[in-house]
Amino acid sequence: MTVLASLTNVSRTFGDITALDDVTLDIRSGEILGLLGPNGAGKSTVISLLAGRRRATTGIVSLFGGDPAEARNRQWLGSTPQETALPESLRVGEVIDFVGAHFATRVSTAQLAAQFGLADLVRRQTGSLSGGQKRRLSVALAFVGNPRLVLLDEPTTGLDVDARRLLWEALREQHDRGVTIVVTSHYLEEIEALAERVVVMSEGRIVADDSLGGVLARVALRLVHLETPHPGAVAALDGVARREGDTYFVQDSDAFVVRLVRSGLDFRDLTVRGATLEEAFLSLTARDGAR
Amino acid sequence: MSVMSLTLVHAKYSIIETIRIPIAVIGTLVFPALAMLFFVVPQPSVSQDPLFATQAIISMSVFSVMVGSLFSFGLGIAENREKAWEPYLRTLPAPGMARVLAHILSTGTMAIISLIPLLAIGALFTAATVEPLRLVVGLLAVAVSSLPFMFLGMSIGYLLPMKAAIAVVQVTFFALAFGGGLFLPPVMFPDWLNTVSQFLPSRQARDFVIWVVQGGELHPMTWLGLLAWSAILLPVVLALVKRDEGRRYR
Repeated sequence: MTVLASLTNVSRTFGDITALDDVTLDIRSGEILGLLGPNGAGKSTVISLLAGRRRATTGIVSLFGGDPAEARNRQWLGSTPQETALPESLRVGEVIDFVGAHFATRVSTAQLAAQFGLADLVRRQTGSLSGGQKRRLSVALAFVGNPRLVLLDEPTTGLDVDARRLLWEALREQHDRGVTIVVTSHYLEEIEALAERVVVMSEGRIVADDSLGGVLARVALRLVHLETPHPGAVAALDGVARREGDTYFVQDSDAFVVRLVRSGLDFRDLTVRGATLEEAFLSLTARDGAR
Repeated sequence: MSVMSLTLVHAKYSIIETIRIPIAVIGTLVFPALAMLFFVVPQPSVSQDPLFATQAIISMSVFSVMVGSLFSFGLGIAENREKAWEPYLRTLPAPGMARVLAHILSTGTMAIISLIPLLAIGALFTAATVEPLRLVVGLLAVAVSSLPFMFLGMSIGYLLPMKAAIAVVQVTFFALAFGGGLFLPPVMFPDWLNTVSQFLPSRQARDFVIWVVQGGELHPMTWLGLLAWSAILLPVVLALVKRDEGRRYR
């Protein structure tokens, strides 16, 4: 598969803060790559380097075989403004035309508006749109130039469930047309819905790079809370990623409960809840650190 | 897409954005006109003398374009760098040159429009005279000689955060306006100030436009100075544009 963009041994610092620490990553043609990790993990920095918005402190960033800081190498790249950034006094159609004018092979405004459910809003000034509508417009802008690679930084943060599903649907359609997509997210659900390959970042490093299934199998997705006089023995059971007080991080809570009961260890007040993404990845990073 | 067509696109939407907020346009039109009414019209010794009145209008025109350039570029750019739309535009396949040229074009257009009420007041209430051809060439001269102010404004905008840019622009335009003889004609300057004044782009712009409109002698310092300011500031602007990554926080 062709590599559309890559980072090779890239580090980026902001003053004393190291946002990226020796990251190497290939983005291959045709994939949807989910970039996952807690706040401050370096996801947005990766996106801004690929979009030519920032420069690497050390290492090489390559986009379509060239330097992303050169305008001509961005001809086949689509990216998204923050939805709060849209110029409020311009109309939806004008914003699409403005961005579209940069590309030799642009999609018509009417067609793009239809694809992203903006057809009724073309004459409206962006300042009058709802948050969800602004977000749809922002994401649509990434696709106006018929791009080969699209970078989406948190495309659905703050959207309600319906709006999120609509947007995922539009993204999957674009992917079916052959567009390669890099999407960062806080939401495991979003990555599960979209991504085929998942890269997990933590503290400026890549801690996992695998298929969706491969990554899901490695993270602790359930938190089991229980009280027991033998916490050490419970933590030593198969499938426990780590323990924090009376909470045990496990991949499969059903299998864990079966094992716990069979072990004959005393316990009470057992509750199970799904781990948040951050908790899930904390266990992944903790385990990687221990290895 | 060529630099030229992208320049026109960026300029077009920048002008649309400006005129959608009418109060901004009114400010641009009214400010130089008011300055004219307060500083020039009430003084008969100036306003009723064709030579001095014309020079005063030229000084006010240069002042108006200079203030427009410094504020629009200095504050406009500093403000945009703190918004997220500008970083997004940087990800589009437009070279930095196209954005710089577009900003010059849109601000220049607004500045030229701002001269209309100024010239109207001059024609109606003063003894200023000018041949039609000289007027056209004079407007071109105003546009050309405003390049150093545009570049200066841009450098300030790319170099400083918004609040610092406001202060620096205000000090700069005041110093350039007085020092360049735009408020008080240079004939009233002591010798030392006159010498310093000749190195300022505001004085050079004023003298250059007066020469174009009224003829007479052109001191080599005038056009050499304008060229030198432009030649020094343009590479600075381009380097700052290339280096820029939006506002820096520490």
